[in-house]
Amino acid sequence: MSIALRLPRRALRHPSFVLGGVLTALLIGVAALSLVWTPWSSYEIDVPNRLKPASALHWLGTDPLGRDVLSLLLTGAQNSILVGVIAVGIGLGAGVALGALASALRGWVEELVMRLADFTFAFPAILSAIMLTAIFGPGIVNSIIAIGIFNIPVFARVTRASANAVWAREFILAARAAGKGRFRITIEHVLPNISASIMVQATIQFATAILAEAALSYLGLGTQPPQPSWGRMLNEAQTLMFNAPQLAIFPGAAIALSVLGLNLLGDGLRDLLDPRLARKR
Amino acid sequence: MSLFLLKRFATFIATLIGASLVVFLALEVLPGDAAQMILGPEAPAETVQNLRVKLGLDRPPLERYLVWMEGLAQGDLGVSYAYQTPVNELLGERLAVTIPLAVMAMLLTTVLALGLGVYAAAHHNRVGDVGVMGFSQLGLAIPNFWFAILLILLFAVSLGWFSAGGFPGWSEGIWPAFKSLLLPAVALATVQAAILTRITRSAVLEVLREDFVRTARAKGLSRAAALWRHVLRNAMIPVITIMGLQFSNLLAGTIVVENVFYLPGLGRLIFQAIANRDLAVVKDAVLLLAGMVVLVNFIVDLLYAAIDPRLKVQDT
Repeated sequence: MSIALRLPRRALRHPSFVLGGVLTALLIGVAALSLVWTPWSSYEIDVPNRLKPASALHWLGTDPLGRDVLSLLLTGAQNSILVGVIAVGIGLGAGVALGALASALRGWVEELVMRLADFTFAFPAILSAIMLTAIFGPGIVNSIIAIGIFNIPVFARVTRASANAVWAREFILAARAAGKGRFRITIEHVLPNISASIMVQATIQFATAILAEAALSYLGLGTQPPQPSWGRMLNEAQTLMFNAPQLAIFPGAAIALSVLGLNLLGDGLRDLLDPRLARKR
Repeated sequence: MSLFLLKRFATFIATLIGASLVVFLALEVLPGDAAQMILGPEAPAETVQNLRVKLGLDRPPLERYLVWMEGLAQGDLGVSYAYQTPVNELLGERLAVTIPLAVMAMLLTTVLALGLGVYAAAHHNRVGDVGVMGFSQLGLAIPNFWFAILLILLFAVSLGWFSAGGFPGWSEGIWPAFKSLLLPAVALATVQAAILTRITRSAVLEVLREDFVRTARAKGLSRAAALWRHVLRNAMIPVITIMGLQFSNLLAGTIVVENVFYLPGLGRLIFQAIANRDLAVVKDAVLLLAGMVVLVNFIVDLLYAAIDPRLKVQDT
């Protein structure tokens, strides 16, 4: 049976991949649904109905401004996906380019890129995001940029490590003997051969981006009102822990399930795309 | 060996200088007028100009950077704009909360992760292993600030065993201070323990397959003795590397968790200083946090070489 047929079959028998896939599909589905439908408006304030418990009208109750918690959760998913996609996109675009460049040119370029990557780790994502916020003010755009910048060295390292392994292979030697230049070899041979590791890393970084955005929004530095965000919902819930503890449960569970789904999907992908690693686990 | 140390030390110093440059450029040069930022866009031009002179912003950037560095070297970090107290006193007070918190969290992380990781590896592919891995997957997915809120809900709101936040200060006695740091440390440690458990497990599994372990067993050593005496030491290399990175993550994590528990630590200070536009404090506190991260990585490099002598040979 061909690999193209075997892979989907193995994927469907892989519990992490299936569970991760279902949870991730749920996250995407929920975000897509909220674009066209939510039970109530996520922006309309209804103070007389504030802090209502779960009921047939409001399945998960209402928040301190009387907004429907389920609708806020559904719309909040859009935010998480937006941050994940753009932040991973920034990291992927710049990081893969730098990593591939370092691997193709080696020497001082590689040394420079790797030392810069090491250096960036002196500023953990949340710290660099806080610095950016201090300079440019809080908001979703600045937090996405900060999370994206932190993703660059992660992708640069993974790309360079995987690409170095590919450059040592014989078919690269053959390509060089055929007169292909380093740039062309990178595009035609190296990148296609390392796409699996990059895809796995992208899934994991997506989860990290969701967590980082939630933390920033919890601190009030990320997504700003009235745009619903799971992190900010937790911030608002904390002040009402004695009166309405349920408000602190749902947004956190939504974040945890999304991250769990992406992590499981990443683990599953790694096992499926690199069976040697799967055997070691 | 000395060349290895020298190289690592040079990298450490270079990274620190680089970090100070980034912090300085980011907070004092790039945004344009820091005085305007502090006073807000509506402030009259004259007031802004007075503050610029007071903060020394009218001087050239290089001179300001050197003055800052000189102050840092002499332990004089200037005065906080918002608190009107010397910044180094402020940082000292806050570190008395953040350092014990991070150390407690790291200890909890290490004990939990080594125990669970070795247990899971020793019971590879059995129920215990699957259970530990399931918990670690969950631990990885839960945001630490949400876990902190859940801990408050359970132990402060429902059971009333702990207060929901705040810090009494070390002067009130060790136990009350320790108690108020316990829940935050647990919240910080859980996620890190989940990561370290996975690393420990796979490192132990890797070493368990080595020939020398088989030899040790063939010599008559029990499985447990081989595990604790031979396997664990050899499995520690990746574990220690990750622990170094994790301590950095813990320090960064304190920014969020200190805010959940209203702890007067360095993380909360950075956050409040940003809200107050107290740039002198932001600058020093961010550099301090980044410096601690760099220092921990430097120590890990040294530990790493002590455990794996091959590294020293490679590097010299």
